[in-house]
Parts: sequence; structure tokens; C-alpha cells
Amino acid sequence: MGRTLVQKLWDAHTVADLGDNATLLYTDRVFLHERTGSVSLKGLEAAGRKVRNPEQVFCTMDHIVDTLPGRGDDTIMPSGKDFITTTRDAANEAGITLFDIGDDRQGIVHVVSAEQGITLPGLTQVCPDSHTCTLGALGALAWGIGSTEGEHALATKTLAVNKPKSMRVSFDGQLGYGVTAKDMILHLIGAYTAAGGAGHAIEFTGSAIRSLPQENRFTVCNMAVEFAAFTGLIPPDDTTIDYIHGRPYAPTGRNWDAAVDYWRTLQADGDAAYDRNISIDCADIVPTVSWGTSPGHTVQIDGVVPDPSDAPDANTQTSWARALEYMDLKPGTPLEGVPIDGAFIGSCTNSRISDLREVVKVVKGRRVAVGVKAIVVPGSSQVKLAAEAEGIDKALVEAGFEWRESGCSMCFYAGGESFGDQERVISSTNRNFENRQGPRTRTHLASPTSVAASALAGKISDVRKFRQGASYDT
Amino acid sequence: MTLRMQKFKTLSSVAAPIMRVNIDTDAIIPSREMKGVTKDGLSVGMFANWRYTDVDARVENPDFILNKIPFRDAEILLSGENFGCGSSREHAVWALKEWGMRCVIAPSFGTIFYGNCVRNGILPVALQEAVVKAFAESAETGAETAVFVVDLPSQTVTGPDGDTHGFDIAPADKEMLVQGLDPIGLTLKRDDEIIAFREKDKAERPWVYL
Ligand code: SF4
Repeated sequence: MGRTLVQKLWDAHTVADLGDNATLLYTDRVFLHERTGSVSLKGLEAAGRKVRNPEQVFCTMDHIVDTLPGRGDDTIMPSGKDFITTTRDAANEAGITLFDIGDDRQGIVHVVSAEQGITLPGLTQVCPDSHTCTLGALGALAWGIGSTEGEHALATKTLAVNKPKSMRVSFDGQLGYGVTAKDMILHLIGAYTAAGGAGHAIEFTGSAIRSLPQENRFTVCNMAVEFAAFTGLIPPDDTTIDYIHGRPYAPTGRNWDAAVDYWRTLQADGDAAYDRNISIDCADIVPTVSWGTSPGHTVQIDGVVPDPSDAPDANTQTSWARALEYMDLKPGTPLEGVPIDGAFIGSCTNSRISDLREVVKVVKGRRVAVGVKAIVVPGSSQVKLAAEAEGIDKALVEAGFEWRESGCSMCFYAGGESFGDQERVISSTNRNFENRQGPRTRTHLASPTSVAASALAGKISDVRKFRQGASYDT
Repeated sequence: MTLRMQKFKTLSSVAAPIMRVNIDTDAIIPSREMKGVTKDGLSVGMFANWRYTDVDARVENPDFILNKIPFRDAEILLSGENFGCGSSREHAVWALKEWGMRCVIAPSFGTIFYGNCVRNGILPVALQEAVVKAFAESAETGAETAVFVVDLPSQTVTGPDGDTHGFDIAPADKEMLVQGLDPIGLTLKRDDEIIAFREKDKAERPWVYL
């Protein structure tokens, strides 16, 4: 019987079989950030332990650092500075590589790790951050852990992990006009619920995945955790290999050739069996937006807010009713046309240069609606520099968007930057949980182009209608 | 000092039901309640958005179950499916632990949260939804007389009506909880194997080693 890709990576990293489905896995890379990494590093120090192989451990400042121009160690979040300085001191002490504030490699951990060539196909990588699964898009086994597990990986270079079940999600067919990778993953979670992938490691395959550019593949894998999956990954191909070539930490010379030969073997065997298979025809996907407080609460842009009395079971009914109350929406309301207060483009889901290029195609020559607070936060300092070199920042600012320094920013609220009380925000992020973007803020998840179109209209909008007279499809 | 784990064998306690599905770690410990770079002082912010009517002034919401007697002292939490989903923040578990929770019973859990529980001496118990629901009802109607008994060595939970339900747990997780083991110390006993793996791997995949 053939092996799945996950099984191959699992086997290649097995230090010891611990019995009963548990394995001691070797972890090739550990990435930390100032929010949770500081706790791991401090915990390790307090226990009198050291980081093993610090040359394979990286850290960035993204979660707590402000994204306003002229930022430094001081933050809007009252105790934010402690996180920043503690992380810096601990990182220096441990001898790990830190992408600090002001370093042009700084940015959101999962954006930076790919961009710098730190994550490679076939590697295992962990980070005390749930969206580490983003990096599965490079064919790596990458997953989020807690801080104590972070200490474990730092101290031992390994983790004891229970093997997840296997799932293959195949996206086939052509994506329609205005439909993006974000809509693919929102559609999947909407169709199979936010718990649909629980306990599984997902391999995303199919012709639609293969034709996605690398940057869009990150968007798909990013939300595997919103599907409750252990992680999600995409088998490496030419697109992956082209993406990695020449990146700062990528292998070079003879190492590169040997690595590529190995990466080419990282495919599931033809006769590999999965515990679960899901197939999606991309022709069924349209721009998708969330209406509630779980990433599974999504509808097509031309759909309406569902009625709890139509819910499949009592639990769902209660959760829908509660979500409607929080979101201040009534059943039967068309999503398209719901007025918004804010529009946010950023986060490890959608903040890469290709996202911003698509956004500019929608907004160029137009204006954000009066009264809408529209903000774009590049995913990394590299993305910011590239965007500025192309004039993307100028086009965005002319259209009425705020253009910021890179970081997590208003993807989540930690007492620092936030949207206002009960404001309704359409957002290119990955979580629409209660209070996620600010106190009682109402978040609607959507693709970056849907967010852009909505910002222009001042209400949730169908990006496909922005083609006439716009340069969007040129 | 390492955070020493408390050993987990048996536990008898009333149980507090918060029977929502998909309770995420942001709800268990909101981001702005994670003020410091340590694992302490988090319980005051646990469920802050639900527990207080005025979060800043810490005015308690009398309707919230953990503000009621006898559930204030509950060491067992009952909840809906996918408990602890979302953010990987271990602070959710540290908050529960500091509050005094020793066991969470739900139909299913967020994967990272589940692992974090085990590493901090909290027992996550997955039981069928119908069982958890029945437990929640007896917990509420029986109040302080509704005592639940969790027995980890025999992997059972006995409800106040005397009905006993078995649960599954990975043997390694069970051992860690029962013995209160420090997982890092446990792994470091395999140092030879880790070093051997590294040497072999370095020869096979030299490009991985920066
Ligand atoms: S951008 Fe948002 S989801 Fe991504 S790592 Fe930062 S806070 Fe987490």
C-alpha cells in the first residue's frame, strides 16, 4: 500500500516510535514571535535549559509591535513593550536569529518564513502560533503548537506528536471570474463546518490547486486550522521550486540540486489511501463572505443570512442565533449591501505582494466610500518595500486607504490597535471570532479583492460587479 | 523553576456546564487579558467577556455560570464540541489551571488546546455529545449535590446518577498526567537517539542544516 505525503514526511522525521500512535518527531525549524515565543524562551531559561541548534531557530516581531509609521518599542497595547524587550533579550541570549523592528526582513512570522527561504519542502517546522500550517503550502509539515511544546522543541529539537488521520481535499475545475484562493478555503469550511477537518492532516490537491500561484497556495493552507485540521499541505511542484529558488536561506549550488531531486519525490503514492476524501468543483465557488462568528459561517456573496430555524441540528441552531445577535444581523438579509464601517487588508492569510497587486486593480482611480476606515497592512517589510517600488502604496493612498508598516496589526486585538466598539468590518483575515478585531467588532471574512470592492462601495459588495469601467480584469 | 505538573489520578467535583459549541481560546482568555510575559495572573481574565458585565471594572455578571455557587469551585468544565479551537495560546490552559479547573469534558477539542491541557496537568475528556448533554443537565439541576467522579487510571467518568462512561486517551498522554511528568526531561532520556537521528539525517539532507 502506498504512502500519503504526510506519511512520507512523518517517516522521514521519526526519531522514535513512542507506541500507540505517538511518535517522537525531529523538528527542522522553530520560528517564534514576540507574543508567545517570549514565554517559551523565558520558560526554558527558568528551567535552566538551553536552545539546541539555535542556528535553526528564528524569531520575528509581528503580533504586538504597532504598525503605525515611526513605530518603535513603545506600543499602543499597555504592556506591549515588555513583550518586545523581553523577546529581544531572550533571543539574543539564546543566540537565535531575530528579525527585529527596523530590520527589512521583519514581518508576520508565516509570511517571513517563506519569503526568506527558511521553510523548505519536506521540512518539519513548528511555531507557537496556530497559523503555522500556512507553510504547508511549500510541501512542509508545519503546524502550530503551544508555548510549552515550544520549549520542548527548543530544548530537544523534537516533539512527541500523535499521528493525525489523513484527508485529501481535491479542488478541480476552473475558478470563475473574481474568485480567489480565499474563496476556495472559505467555501470548503462553509460546506463542511469549522470542525470538518478535526484530527486530520490535509493534503490539498487537484488541478485548481496545481494552477494556483505559490502565494495563493499559502492562503489555502493558512486556514486549514480554521477547519480544525492538524495542518494542511500541498505537494511541491515546479511552482514551489521556482518560488524558493534564490531566497536568502534557500540551499545553493550542489545542495540546491540535491534538494530539488529530493523535493521531486515528495508526492503521495498513486495508491495511497486516505481516511477521508473531499472533492470540490471550483465551478461551484463564487466570492464568499462570512456572516457569523465562526469561519464556517459563510455564504456566497449573492446569498442571504441564514435562519437558525433552518439549522441542521440544535447546537448549530444555538450557535447561529448567538452569532446573529453578536453580528446584529437578521435572517434573510442579503449579505450584499450590508453597510460597513471598516475594511482591512492584511494578515498571514492575505497580505502578500500578489494580493496587493490584485487589490490595486480594483481600487485604482476610485475612492473609498466616505466614512469607511480602510487600512492596508503589508505582510512583511519586504512586501512593503516591493509594493512601494511598484507604486502600490501611492495608488492605495490616493484611493483613500491607510498604508502601514508590516505586522499582524488589526488581524487581532490584544489591547493595542483595534477597530471600534461594534464596528462592522470586512476583512481579509482568517478569524471572525467575537472581539477578534476589537471590542464587539463585527468581522466579515472575505478575499482581499472583495474587501477592496466593499471599501469602495461602503457596503459588502460583489467584486465581480466592479469590472465595468474598472481596470480589474485587465 | 519548571512549572511542575500536578499528578492526575482521580477527581471528584461539581461540574460547570458552558454548553456552547466551538468555544475558542480567544473566548477562554481574550487577547487583551494576556498582559504579561509569564504564565501567571491569567485566571482573572478567564472568560472575561462573558464573566464580567464591565470588563475593565471587573463587575461580575451574576448570570454567568462560573460566578454562581457552587460552580465557582467547579474543577470540571462541561462544554460543546470543538472546545478550545482557534488560537494556539497556551494562556487559555494556564488560565483554567490557575482558576482551579482540572478536567474539561466535551465531545471534541481543538487539537493544540488538547495537547496544551495534557502538558499542564489538565485532563481533556472526549465523550459523546449525548452523554455530555445529559451530564450538563444533571450538573445544573443537581447543583452542589451533583458530584462527578473522574478516574484517569480506569479511564472513566461517573455522573451524579451513577452512570459510568469510559473515555479514550493516548497512553503517553495518560502516563504524563498520571505521573505528573515533565515532558522535556522525558524526551531528553532519548538524547542518544536524537543525536543519532541528526547525524544520519545531516548526511542525507545536508541542505536542511543551516
Ligand atoms: S496575521 Fe493574524 S492570524 Fe496571522 S499570525 Fe498574525 S495575528 Fe495570527
